[in-house]
Amino acid sequence: MPRFKWLRGNMPEFDLERRGFLKFFGGGLVLLLTLDGTSSSQEPGSTAARRPDARPPELAAWLHISEDGAITVYTGKVEMGQNIRTSLAQAVAEELRTPISALQLVMADTDLTPYDMGTFDSRTIPLMAPQMRKVGAAAREALIDLAADKWKVDRASITLAGGRVKNNVSGETVGFGELTRGQKLVKTVDGAKVTPAAEWTLQGTSVPKVNAREMVTGAHRYTSDLVRPNMLHGRVRRPAAFQAKLTSLDAKEAGAIPDVLVVRDGDFVGVVAPDEALLRKAINGTKTVWSTDAQPSNDARPSNDAQPSNKDLFGSLKKTVSPLRPDVEQALQAADHKLEATYTIAYIAHVPLEPRAAVAEWNDGKLTVWTGTELPWSVRSELAAAFKLPEDRVRVIVPDIGSAFGGKHTGEAAMEAARLAKAANAPVKLIWSREEEFTWGYFRPAGVIDIRSGITRDGLITAWQCDNYNSGPEGLDTPYDVANHASEFHAAASPLRQGSYRGMAGTANHFARESLMDDLASAAGIDPLEFRLKNLKNARLRAVLQSAADRFGWGKEKPSADHGFGLACGVLNDSYVAMCAEISLVPAGFQGAEVEPAPPNVRIDRVLTTFECGAILNPEHLKGQIEGSVMLGIGGALFESVEFENGRILNPRLATYRVPRFSDLPIIETVLLDRRDLPSAGAGGTPIVALAPAVGNAIFQATGTRIRSLPMAPKGFVKSL
Amino acid sequence: MELVVNRTRYRLVVDPGRMLLWVLRDELELTGTKYGCGEGECGACTVLIDGAAIRSCVTRVSAVAGKQITTIEGLAQNGKLHPLQEAFIQADALQCGYCTPGMILSSVALLKKTPQPTEPEIRTSLEGNVCRCGTYPRIIVAVKSVAVKNAALQMAAGQHA
Repeated sequence: MPRFKWLRGNMPEFDLERRGFLKFFGGGLVLLLTLDGTSSSQEPGSTAARRPDARPPELAAWLHISEDGAITVYTGKVEMGQNIRTSLAQAVAEELRTPISALQLVMADTDLTPYDMGTFDSRTIPLMAPQMRKVGAAAREALIDLAADKWKVDRASITLAGGRVKNNVSGETVGFGELTRGQKLVKTVDGAKVTPAAEWTLQGTSVPKVNAREMVTGAHRYTSDLVRPNMLHGRVRRPAAFQAKLTSLDAKEAGAIPDVLVVRDGDFVGVVAPDEALLRKAINGTKTVWSTDAQPSNDARPSNDAQPSNKDLFGSLKKTVSPLRPDVEQALQAADHKLEATYTIAYIAHVPLEPRAAVAEWNDGKLTVWTGTELPWSVRSELAAAFKLPEDRVRVIVPDIGSAFGGKHTGEAAMEAARLAKAANAPVKLIWSREEEFTWGYFRPAGVIDIRSGITRDGLITAWQCDNYNSGPEGLDTPYDVANHASEFHAAASPLRQGSYRGMAGTANHFARESLMDDLASAAGIDPLEFRLKNLKNARLRAVLQSAADRFGWGKEKPSADHGFGLACGVLNDSYVAMCAEISLVPAGFQGAEVEPAPPNVRIDRVLTTFECGAILNPEHLKGQIEGSVMLGIGGALFESVEFENGRILNPRLATYRVPRFSDLPIIETVLLDRRDLPSAGAGGTPIVALAPAVGNAIFQATGTRIRSLPMAPKGFVKSL
Repeated sequence: MELVVNRTRYRLVVDPGRMLLWVLRDELELTGTKYGCGEGECGACTVLIDGAAIRSCVTRVSAVAGKQITTIEGLAQNGKLHPLQEAFIQADALQCGYCTPGMILSSVALLKKTPQPTEPEIRTSLEGNVCRCGTYPRIIVAVKSVAVKNAALQMAAGQHA
């Protein structure tokens, strides 16, 4: 077994700071892989200055083979359901010629693993998997060195297979531990010859999730499941609205409860109690009064100095229309057909099933926090700055997270738990309620997108200008071949706190572009597939598009008038997606006393995806990511929308904010194009970008109505069981 | 108060108004049962009461005193996984795993009542369980695979009779 197994929330039994790697790892063989070949800035608990804006990030990986042969790999990456604990293990095990069960990954612990900028943007496989291969290959070569020395034979006659090292002259084999026993080797490596993709035997296969057993038995400890000795429970008394100021606090009732502590620090009010029941009483017994200024809502109302609601939202994001670039303007004037359209995107919430949580404890002035964040080093910096500590006096540990989708880049719960733990002088666990998660996290940005385009009579696009207000620049550039094209992202003041989301602005930008592509095809009287291919040279995108259309049966007759077919394609993070969707219209029926009949609900019957992300590491897990993207995408495409007014979220509960459920599940088919000749690209964020436009195009085919706002069917709300 | 959880009897002094979820998690340290929404809308807190699936986040502990409570930790027997636990692993029917205990227990309750459910019956009975990672199609595959095995076992038993 590995010497260090912190995965279930164990605490170290010794202080790691300022110790060398050998003391840190114990004896055996240690491989340190860094980009620049030095290890000085990468010591455990290092305080070396980081530049979070510097790209590429440091992508270090450490590998240790203990004296008993246990293999442990250290990476700063975070597991949150994307299954990188499995795919990264595949990459290392391949190079070490060992079964995947022989190694253990220690991930995302600022004291135990090398610095990592964060787990986002689908960057783990393109950037960290190659590092894993290199460190694994270097370990393999080091084992061969040790064996050559032991057996006094040429390196060329030594091979590794099945987790053992073989002397091909004598036929003798040894386990790794027999070579590392008594060794104290630390090697800094900057790469070694890795196995070419054509020779992969473990990568490219559907290895099952490595810690699935812990999850199906309830044994895996998420942050909210951790227990520390003498731990208390904490909660924050939330303001009545965003930006509210605390005007008075009456905590007499809460303070009278035995063992309850009320903490006030400026506008921060929190309570600490021995258990959840007392915590609830204490929060209810903490009376606060808040003052707020008028704030925006999402309802239409004249814009003024007050903050927007969700009806004057889009006017507040796009205050003026951007001028056309002169060459685009000229091309537009010469075009045979001109189309322009405006698309709007609502704020949506990530709704990770595990709400934010943290456990914080202070020991001799050192702060340790367990929390489910995608950016552990960034959270460490926030904590160090807030408590005026050197960074090596803060340790952030990330137990595998109960999903995030880009919604956990921050450390709010960590900060709150640390404040309360300091005040209580005891470890504190703090779990956000679902309502807190809906309100005090951040959202996928709302946005407005304008596209102005022109085509020739023959259906060639000659002019294209796309302006995106607020939702983001990702996936904004058109992959089609257009002589005169301009794309620009315009930042705006967002009334709500906003941040990353799976696929980022890729969904918004693809929704706008692929919707307009269909309208242009219609204007030219050309089939949407043919129109795209006519304007598309990119071979990888053409390949997925053609594959999806073929497998879906594009061009066949609709089963009935109330069905529609739509397609869309796109590229993000160097991976390529095409989707075909079939939808049907379901009469909404009577809606109580409403006079006007409600519009029909949209049901997504079938989604076929073709996906290409270079060489595939784990086909089943990749399919799972694509299926998950379809399901997550259905919410934002059809019905998810954050409603807000005057500094409050109006639908901060699962009963009022609908997420996709079993009844929304279409038939999902997935076709993977494996390109072993290409490097593996990011995959988790890309497939979602095609879902909304494919569905929108299918709705258009069924109804003749073009919906240019996400969500497209907000009325389709069916209360869950 | 007496609670029977995973075939073990516990004597507890707890406020009878407390929700079962927090008693399981904080008093008995059975943390496989998850908090997801606190209002019975997501199914992460699902446990079995006398074999039927309930939402422990909205169930007062006093209501289940003396009844047979099964949590995810009580499903495997002597280290041998329940067929549904095996099926979830085989079908890769989990990503982050946070909904998994609730999904498995809801499925156990379904198969107890309806050993060979149709796909619409599976969907309907799991409608109250949310998976944000979108493993729904694989969960259906997992439940169906166990149903098929049940049918085969039943047929074999019939032939022996």
